[in-house]
Amino acid sequence: MCLAIPIRVEELLPDDMARVSLSGVSKIVSIALLEDVRLGDYLLIHVGYALARLDPDEAERTLAMMREAAVPALVEMEACGL
Amino acid sequence: MKHIDEYRDGKLARSIADTIAAEAVRGRHYQFMEFCGGHTHAISRYGIEDLLPPNVQMVHGPGCPVCVLPMGRIDDAIRLATRPEVTLCTYADLMRVPASAGANLLKAKAAGADIRMVYSTLDAIRIAETEPDREVVFFAIGFETTTPPTAVAIRLARKKRLSNFSVFCNHVLTPPAIRAILDSPDARTVRVDGLVGPAHVSTVTGTKPYVSLTDEFSKPIVVAGFEPLDVVQAILMLVRQINEGRHDVENQYFRLVTAGGNLIAQREMADIFELRPSFEWRGLGELPMSALRLRQAYADLDAERRFSIETIPAADNPACECGDVLRGLKKPAECKLFGTLCSPETPMGSCMVSPEGACAAHWTYGRFRANAKAVAEKAVA
Repeated sequence: MCLAIPIRVEELLPDDMARVSLSGVSKIVSIALLEDVRLGDYLLIHVGYALARLDPDEAERTLAMMREAAVPALVEMEACGL
Repeated sequence: MKHIDEYRDGKLARSIADTIAAEAVRGRHYQFMEFCGGHTHAISRYGIEDLLPPNVQMVHGPGCPVCVLPMGRIDDAIRLATRPEVTLCTYADLMRVPASAGANLLKAKAAGADIRMVYSTLDAIRIAETEPDREVVFFAIGFETTTPPTAVAIRLARKKRLSNFSVFCNHVLTPPAIRAILDSPDARTVRVDGLVGPAHVSTVTGTKPYVSLTDEFSKPIVVAGFEPLDVVQAILMLVRQINEGRHDVENQYFRLVTAGGNLIAQREMADIFELRPSFEWRGLGELPMSALRLRQAYADLDAERRFSIETIPAADNPACECGDVLRGLKKPAECKLFGTLCSPETPMGSCMVSPEGACAAHWTYGRFRANAKAVAEKAVA
């Protein structure tokens, strides 16, 4: 029920609406629950509403943390010739 | 798909899992509950349990709104939908949830009730506008993620002076359910060393509501996204907290979740809804201050008042173990009905209906892995 994915804003529309698109599928959603939505923002869309804006810097930092968490294991794998 | 595919990298997931195996102390058993059905689904779909060392185990939690809605409320919705003047709008998730006497919304629709599946609350508003002769009722269900969209629709209906629109409100709150899991006084409680905390609920509530829970119960909570790498990373963060003797609220999903959450959404919820003194959850029983209803100021848009709905409690199929599955006490395959009388095509219990339900997740993904594992073990023996 709470499933949602970040989708890019393609066009801002009147009445707090926006057109978003993912892999060629485009949809009109409400942005009434967010402030200052801009073109190109990635918004978390749930049941036709944007609930949050993805922070691209924090996304990069998340991936860096994940790679860091994997480092000891990767080093070990390489040492074993895998 | 940007911002999705990066978090599904299997090689990276296996490497993080190797770090978990390296850091989990031998001889110590770690048992974590993933609260949300979204996490349950990811764990089953991506086979995350297979990546974890044997001493780190996951228990499925009750965070699936479809699964915890008591049968009596589905009966109410069917009674509403069979009134000739009513058009019931619902999210598709609810269509096959079992009601009393083998009924469900799908069968009621087949029998002629005007039930329509909608994607968004705005679709329900549109139906009310274009069909002024119909009494349009929106069957509202969900946690804090799904509640603000209902609030927006109620505000819009008021603004548009829609007199033929109302909401049958079944919105519930996550912190009371987490409390019920951690605080259960009876012995029939599963041991939980820490929680993988809600993903998209937390985009609305922020991480602050969990602080009092970690303080009170001395168990760590790591808020995590629904992608497989998010879940694996959160499990590593929980293992580290346990090893260091900490019980903090940590946020793995900081690319979308902040401490304070979405203030506009919180304000919308607070303006439109108030706490119910008590509400029944399937599996958890009556929980005080755990659900929402429309405020007096919006009483005219409240379907419960408009149609004088009085919920009659209904007992689940006695053989169905959904209650224990929701509390983490039983695994889906331990239920007698699992895979025999109960499957996603003919669900007996709600946990088999929603793709996030523990039973549906195990049926769709988990059982194949479990079988493959058993065959492999037999071959070794």
